[in-house]
Amino acid sequence: MTDPQRRIRVLVAKPGLDGHDRGAKVIASSFRDAGFEVIYTGLHQTPEMIVSAAIQEDVDVVAMSVLSGAHMTLFPRVKELLDEAGADHVLVTGGGIIPESDMAALESRGIGRLFGPGTRTTEAIAYVKDWIAHQGTH
Amino acid sequence: MSTLERDVLSRSELDALVREREAELAELKARLSEWIEAYDATPKREASFTTISGRELKPLYTALDRAESDDVAAVGLPGFYPFTRGPYPTMYRTRLWTMRQFAGFATAEETNERYKYLLDQGQTGLSVAFDFPTLMGYDSDHPRSLGEVGVCGVAISSLADMERLFEGIPLDQVSVSMTINGPAIILFCFYVAAAEKQGISPVVLRGTVQNDILKEYQAQHAWVFPPEPALRCIVDMLEWCSTHTPKYNPISISGYHIREAGATSVQELAFTLRNGFEYVERAIARGLDVDDFAPQLSFFFDVHSDFFEEIAKLRAARRIWARTIREKYGAKDPKSWRLRTHAQTAGVSLTAQQAENNIVRVAYQAMAAALGGAQSLHTNSMDETLALPTEKSVRIALRTQQILAFESGVTNTIDPLAGSYFLESLTDALEREAEAIFEEVDALGGVVPGIHQGWFQQQIASSAMQQQRDIESGRRVVVGVNEFTEGSGAIHIDTLKIDPAVEQRQVDAMARMRASRDDKVVTRTLTDLTDACRTDENVVPRILDCARAYCTLYEIRHAMETVFGAYKEPVSF
Repeated sequence: MTDPQRRIRVLVAKPGLDGHDRGAKVIASSFRDAGFEVIYTGLHQTPEMIVSAAIQEDVDVVAMSVLSGAHMTLFPRVKELLDEAGADHVLVTGGGIIPESDMAALESRGIGRLFGPGTRTTEAIAYVKDWIAHQGTH
Repeated sequence: MSTLERDVLSRSELDALVREREAELAELKARLSEWIEAYDATPKREASFTTISGRELKPLYTALDRAESDDVAAVGLPGFYPFTRGPYPTMYRTRLWTMRQFAGFATAEETNERYKYLLDQGQTGLSVAFDFPTLMGYDSDHPRSLGEVGVCGVAISSLADMERLFEGIPLDQVSVSMTINGPAIILFCFYVAAAEKQGISPVVLRGTVQNDILKEYQAQHAWVFPPEPALRCIVDMLEWCSTHTPKYNPISISGYHIREAGATSVQELAFTLRNGFEYVERAIARGLDVDDFAPQLSFFFDVHSDFFEEIAKLRAARRIWARTIREKYGAKDPKSWRLRTHAQTAGVSLTAQQAENNIVRVAYQAMAAALGGAQSLHTNSMDETLALPTEKSVRIALRTQQILAFESGVTNTIDPLAGSYFLESLTDALEREAEAIFEEVDALGGVVPGIHQGWFQQQIASSAMQQQRDIESGRRVVVGVNEFTEGSGAIHIDTLKIDPAVEQRQVDAMARMRASRDDKVVTRTLTDLTDACRTDENVVPRILDCARAYCTLYEIRHAMETVFGAYKEPVSF
């Protein structure tokens, strides 16, 4: 169902009240440089706002940056709302200040890989490309 | 004759000195050409000899770099104009910097325990970290606070929480710094009201509220109101505090967050000082005398990893501030000229990989802060890239400052690096470049138009991107991240976890508080506040009345927002 010619569409989102957008902006610019179509939500988005933007923009990926410690609430909530809206094919990934044990717990709840501080942008780009290429076989 | 004194020289003696100096420099020039030959003939390491802000450095600085400089006037003496060498004549010989660790998590009760622990460990000031809902002006029981209550700081939604935060800590005995900006005026009033409850008059309160909204729009992003009403609230605070809380700093003009968001050293310096000038201009426009409020302005800079550039930045900041406040804004009181600053080591320089190495990074940065003449210091904990710090890692961070203060010897002599050809040249360079940025900001129409155009935000984001490229290309080495890595970089240190039950406890406490207050007084004080926002009246006394009536943070914010509106950011990346 995915058009192979279509560019990968990513929504970079900042959920919750956390204002740290350095990582989100760096990853948004890097995704754009890698040839993705990037939409950036800006700050202080509720999960509802993010999912509505994801549906409206018909994205393949929602990449969220969370440095507030609220990741255990925000990631599952966005995934749940996407599933409810029939968009369970959208990859929910992201990064931030997230302990490894929490990353594992979130992955077991249907969230994609999460990246910590010091990650190369090329690693996140490769992950998204790989996920899109193998979509449906996962 | 004392060695510190000197008679006035005669004309002929002066001429002889000048000739002697010229001859010395000529000889140095001759010798330097030999050194240049030797330098050029020797292979160099494959490395970029630049600061982490990308500044090109010469391999060697000599007296020739200072030949044109008037160091007697520009460097001066500590405690005297232009304060390059420090704001006080005796510096750390009278008082060491205040060791002030930023702390806050979960509920007021739990943070209160951490404060008592830190004071027991020899910390000399308190610094409150609020959770995100509080920073944005939401109560713990507001729907937007879900999942964030007490997670990244302490939740303070009313005077009742503030009273519990400082229970058993007499507020006339300890100076307290509060990192809050968008709703700063409200939290400040909770604090003053909490002191009143302890029977303490505001006149004796010592401490600082960050209250620097301009850098929120530029970098840190915890705003509430749009710039114009937010600036009005800040001038209201400057006015009220100048008479009611003369020992309290009603603003801490902060470069820290600008730097952490990605700015270079000179961008941090220039944006921060320019923001400071904006507050001064607004207060003067209100009709305040610059000498009535300028002595209460304080600063907050980042101390990043590039040792000399950071020391030079603090020295340049003091000189630019002194000159501008005196010459441009006409301040006559030397207390208005001198820039006092808090410093914090660079959170953004810490790595999740091999996290223990962060102790070493923090120690070097802390030494730069001391050599730069900071008045207070927070040293980051090694585990901050993973979670809030544990008690153990905070203790190590505090011990780092104590070792620096009591063992390293850097506190014995004031501004010991002054006169270094390199450091003085770097200080001058930062000053010149900052002046060029002031002109760029003026060309945009000033700070607020620059914010509306997204100029500051784009400058910072573009520097952040450049730094990321430098790390990914290997141009800049970060130990444990792109060099000297160990396997997967897996993390094996304990981290602090916030119990999810904290949120429910805080929501329950708010319900009890709401049930026990006098609703009539709540409604009346909130209505009076909204009315005051429509006029030119100073809103501080009105907010204090709301605080005393146990109106909540969000209720007060809402009463003001009705008139002021809310801020919307220009989104870009």
